[in-house]
Amino acid sequence: MKADPKGVLTGAHFLDGDHACCEGAISAGCRFVAGYPITPSTEVVERIATRFPSIGGMFIQMEDEIASSIAIQGAVWGGAKAMTVTSGPGFSLMMEHIGLAAMLETPCVFVDVQRGGPSTGLPTLPAQSDIMQARWGSHGDYEVIALCPNSPQECYELTIRAFNLAEEYRVPVMLMMDECVGHMTEKVVIPDAEKIELTERVYTTAEPGKYLPYLTEGGLVPPMAKAGAGHRFHVTGLTHDERGYPVMNADAQEKCVRRLVEKIRSNADKITIVEESETAAADIVVVSYGITSRVAVKAIEMAKTEGIKVGHLRLVTVWPFAEKRIRELAARVKAFVMPELNYGQLFFELQRAVGGKAGTYLIPHGGGTVHDPEVICRTIVDAAKEQPVKESQK
Amino acid sequence: MKPTNPTSQYLRMDRIPHIWCPGCGLGTTVNCFVRAIEGCDIPLDQISVVSGIGCTGRVAGYLKLDSFHTTHGRPIPFATGLKLANPKLKVVVYSGDGDLFAIGGNHFIHAARRNMDMTIICVNNFTYGMTGGQVTPTTPIDAIASTTPFGNIEDPFNLPYLADCAGSVYVARWTTFHVRQLIKSMKEAIQKKGFSFIEIISPCPTLYGRRNRLGDGLEMMQFYKANSTIQNGADTRDAVLDFKGKILCGKFVDRERPTFLDLYNTKMAERLGSSFKPYEGV
Amino acid sequence: MPDAKRKQPRGLTTINVELCKGCGFCIAFCPAGVLEFSQEFNSKGYHPPHAIKPEACTGCGLCGTYCPDFAIFGIVVKDVA
Repeated sequence: MKADPKGVLTGAHFLDGDHACCEGAISAGCRFVAGYPITPSTEVVERIATRFPSIGGMFIQMEDEIASSIAIQGAVWGGAKAMTVTSGPGFSLMMEHIGLAAMLETPCVFVDVQRGGPSTGLPTLPAQSDIMQARWGSHGDYEVIALCPNSPQECYELTIRAFNLAEEYRVPVMLMMDECVGHMTEKVVIPDAEKIELTERVYTTAEPGKYLPYLTEGGLVPPMAKAGAGHRFHVTGLTHDERGYPVMNADAQEKCVRRLVEKIRSNADKITIVEESETAAADIVVVSYGITSRVAVKAIEMAKTEGIKVGHLRLVTVWPFAEKRIRELAARVKAFVMPELNYGQLFFELQRAVGGKAGTYLIPHGGGTVHDPEVICRTIVDAAKEQPVKESQK
Repeated sequence: MKPTNPTSQYLRMDRIPHIWCPGCGLGTTVNCFVRAIEGCDIPLDQISVVSGIGCTGRVAGYLKLDSFHTTHGRPIPFATGLKLANPKLKVVVYSGDGDLFAIGGNHFIHAARRNMDMTIICVNNFTYGMTGGQVTPTTPIDAIASTTPFGNIEDPFNLPYLADCAGSVYVARWTTFHVRQLIKSMKEAIQKKGFSFIEIISPCPTLYGRRNRLGDGLEMMQFYKANSTIQNGADTRDAVLDFKGKILCGKFVDRERPTFLDLYNTKMAERLGSSFKPYEGV
Repeated sequence: MPDAKRKQPRGLTTINVELCKGCGFCIAFCPAGVLEFSQEFNSKGYHPPHAIKPEACTGCGLCGTYCPDFAIFGIVVKDVA
């Protein structure tokens, strides 16, 4: 299905990541946003508030993030494509409802424009320290998809992809931006509406009275229904059977929750997107995501002038983690170097996937600014020469 | 042909018998709700029920309507999104005193303030029944609860007053004894545009009733019968409930105010002119 | 009060004894005093109601409205002269 031209601002623009995210949502067909102001994400909803009235969208600033994160789900069940936008403290508040979205299988998008944490932290400065939270933040077993843009252009494109993945897998999708990408202004090209591919929500074709909300008939993703269409369905956050009715036993748990997990795990290869550069003959592979990848590119350039054979693996999806690709590379590279704007989060996934077959070097950074490319370069060089990594780089 | 219970066509009979205790008033409220919607001119497919967590929250699962059993305290913002995505839906939030006024309190006052077009049915049994009878913001002072074993020391909310002050356009209180008035009130509230609120005082014989020696369900109902007065139009400030005291019932507030969507559409049209088309759903 | 000329009840109660949990609401709130606890037990051990004065039933339906377990309901039946 193609985008509705009414919302699409075809052309070249000079936008920051927050604004580009708004345009991505509109191009994706999002017409309901509920949000709460929080730096550095507020501009997304401010632009939404300005754009929506003339394109038939509804924006409501709710009383808090808890309300926002469930209002979007009510809207989805009413037939909308919906999104909410926040940063660290708000993301924490939304965790229960991310779990609800996973359990009800509500397709929706959660944007986290990450800032320094924990707690109030550094509201106006970047970090990448909500990455584990995006995957594990809510209680219970579930899987989500998380995407990580490294430019305003990607903020636009990956927001559309986030909506598409949400519809395809009936899952909440996290768009993990950061303050740097969110507030950096760059050229953003928005194509013609007919060049934008959208994934349509699959609604049930069952006759009224015959619809079973969680019946998948061999597949992993059940067709949805919306309120008012005559299906008289019931859905609950309790562990449930195909009828949507609560069933409180281990058997039901296995049937209900395993599929939520398998939905994503068994499709991880299809979902995972990485961008590689010169990894084919590399001794060292730098693994990075988001704004850090821009710094990594510079560091790799510097390391190559010292004769190091270094490649770059940029994670565009951070969840599911690209473990298959990492495992393949681990079989032949000397080491992986991973700068993160945190004290080590996705690095542990890297180590797990590498399984000791190659070296793994973390370059942590608490956030507030981006890495110094020199530090990343030094680590690449030390890793290549198998020298111990200097303390200051840890 | 054997006659069938007139309530059953509105119930998921494959889930009956329900989980509620003997003498619990929830089933009575469901009978009233069903009779109320029967009397409305609204297609059943258009009615959506949203509930929170608790004994009252289980109502959603027994009704044969589009129904959503959401998270604790949050049916109102879910209902807000649902209604705004499809304003043609008639959205009813059916939840309990703790769910709506403790954890959910903030959402209640804002939806009332906005005059979101929805009906809130609050079954007030003065306890968190599902989890074993803890104190709630409506539990009267001195009442025993599992978390106030020596008696509650806090003054409770006066729900009609709170609803009134927050901006509700329809505020009523009944007990599960007042079935006829309750059916009528539910019908009025559901059909009324704007944020409507009905408090239904209901027995929890297993926990609140037992711990406070109020008798079984029937004795609690007989207490409601003997101790309630109906004063339609009464000042909501007078609706305070004392422990084992008089119960003021009635339709207290029934006024007009533009709803959230009325205001949105009117004001956006004024401010944006021709570039704005009235919002009728996504 | 039943009409002296009327030979059939104007209302009829139907009781699903297995759903009854013996709360007593229908018995207490029937305006015509039609119902009373029976001596029988259902399989859960409760005494369901039974109509002791079926001729007094007007089919008002209050029993069904009060019943929290959907176990009893009353309907109006045609008068039979």
